[in-house]
Amino acid sequence: MAKLILSVDGTVLKEISLMKERTTIGRKPHNDIQVDNLAVSGEHAAIITILNDSFIEDLNSTNGTLVNGKPIKKHFLQNNDVIDIGKHKLKYLGEAPVQVSTQDFEKTMIIRKPPTMPAAVASAPASSGPSMSDTQTNMRPLASPAHASAHATSPAPAPQSSTMSHAPNAATPHVREAAIQVLSGAAAGRTLDLVKNLTTIGKPGVQVAVVTRRPSGFFITHVEGATFPILNGVLMGAQAQALTDHATIEIAGVKMEFFYKP
Amino acid sequence: MALNDALQIVSATDPGRVRAHNEDCVESRPELGVVVLADGMGGYNAGEVASGMATSLIAAGLSATWTSAALKNLDRSAATGLAHTRVEAQVSAANRAIFEAAQRDPHCAGMGTTLVVCLFYDNFVTVAHIGDSRLYRMRGDALEQITRDHSLLQEQIDAGLISKEDARQSHNKNLVTRALGIDPDVDAEIHTYDVLEGDIYLLCSDGLNDMIEDDELQMTLIALRSNLELTAQQLVQAANDAGGRDNISVMLIKVVQSFPVHLSLWARVKSWFR
Repeated sequence: MAKLILSVDGTVLKEISLMKERTTIGRKPHNDIQVDNLAVSGEHAAIITILNDSFIEDLNSTNGTLVNGKPIKKHFLQNNDVIDIGKHKLKYLGEAPVQVSTQDFEKTMIIRKPPTMPAAVASAPASSGPSMSDTQTNMRPLASPAHASAHATSPAPAPQSSTMSHAPNAATPHVREAAIQVLSGAAAGRTLDLVKNLTTIGKPGVQVAVVTRRPSGFFITHVEGATFPILNGVLMGAQAQALTDHATIEIAGVKMEFFYKP
Repeated sequence: MALNDALQIVSATDPGRVRAHNEDCVESRPELGVVVLADGMGGYNAGEVASGMATSLIAAGLSATWTSAALKNLDRSAATGLAHTRVEAQVSAANRAIFEAAQRDPHCAGMGTTLVVCLFYDNFVTVAHIGDSRLYRMRGDALEQITRDHSLLQEQIDAGLISKEDARQSHNKNLVTRALGIDPDVDAEIHTYDVLEGDIYLLCSDGLNDMIEDDELQMTLIALRSNLELTAQQLVQAANDAGGRDNISVMLIKVVQSFPVHLSLWARVKSWFR
């Protein structure tokens, strides 16, 4: 469960778990998080929590609410966000660890009864009625600590740990920059930087190939035309082929060279 | 105009790089103008039972009950109305069959599936969808998402609670608000659209659109549209390169020629000389 850490001048005052759908912050005692300081408005801000996501909304406070130093009206809280309310700070710690967690891509589940949309934060009237009402009700209220599994119709998600071992790193490894230099024809000498994941080369309608940038390097594949491109002097097939540094390509009668930038 | 000639259909489905099973299922009947994509969920391996039942039952059901010859004497609204009724009936029948199978077999308890069905006829497409599998349309160089997900996240976007940009960071991506086979009855969203020559339709499971931004989908479709097979492969590969965290399914339908039921005089003359 996500939580907030309340501190002032670097001293931690308390830790608050976001158990409720709506957690209010303000100077008056009825707030869930009371901050007794004159710089804080009576009803200063509210945090709306919907399953695993939390949002903060400033309730037109006199001195405003800052997130990471910027004034906000409404903000989708991310892990480690720091909320400033007067001299007090609230650090938001999401449930998920800093890196993209496997939870993000948890198997698709069906919500039997969606949580009610808090109308206070909805800038548009909640037009969600018909499409939501056709589901059954056996979902526990959000405040329930068991909410993580209560809305799943599947008895239990299939075991993930065994399949996660070979999970690819979410951060794609950086691919070295590369370019193609035209060696012959009217555009001879021109260089084309391969900055996109897909770059087409050749003449549309005559002969076209695509150079794809992938985590493992650059590849060339035939796209259209009766004849295939020539790679390093050899006629290509329909399959993608890896481009090695200084590979030569012949397409639509034009010679080019692929190279990695120094 | 035979639909076989008017529509070019390719599909690709891949387990991705994380999941052991492929719970997605795709099926097409080119001669009938039918394509179906389903992304199953729930139970241990039961997701693929649900998605497999959905695609095969709906494709077979439409084969048995649908013929574009029936449209010959119908006007536009009667024709699209008939298509709507036929598609809805098959979606309901599949829903009932999956629901009952889930009740009978404890291994399948709680199974369900998302669904996108497209039925092409007479320069129209009737689209039924349930859950977060999508239909996009590429017309000219513009890519448009035709279906709107039945998901918690989409509800939040509609309520103004979260912006589309923030939605990509959400932890609630995997929650759908409707699915086929989880209740005795289902409410499919069904609409009909005009089809133009040159359109490309893309059906996909969330394993594609969660990994690839719409910009990249569009760029890929523009760059590679002359080679539909390669486009499908490239999209699956790009989703895998981005992590491949879920099963990835892609169906592409390119409208090579228009396919009116009532041939114009000129078209009839032309067809004699083919």
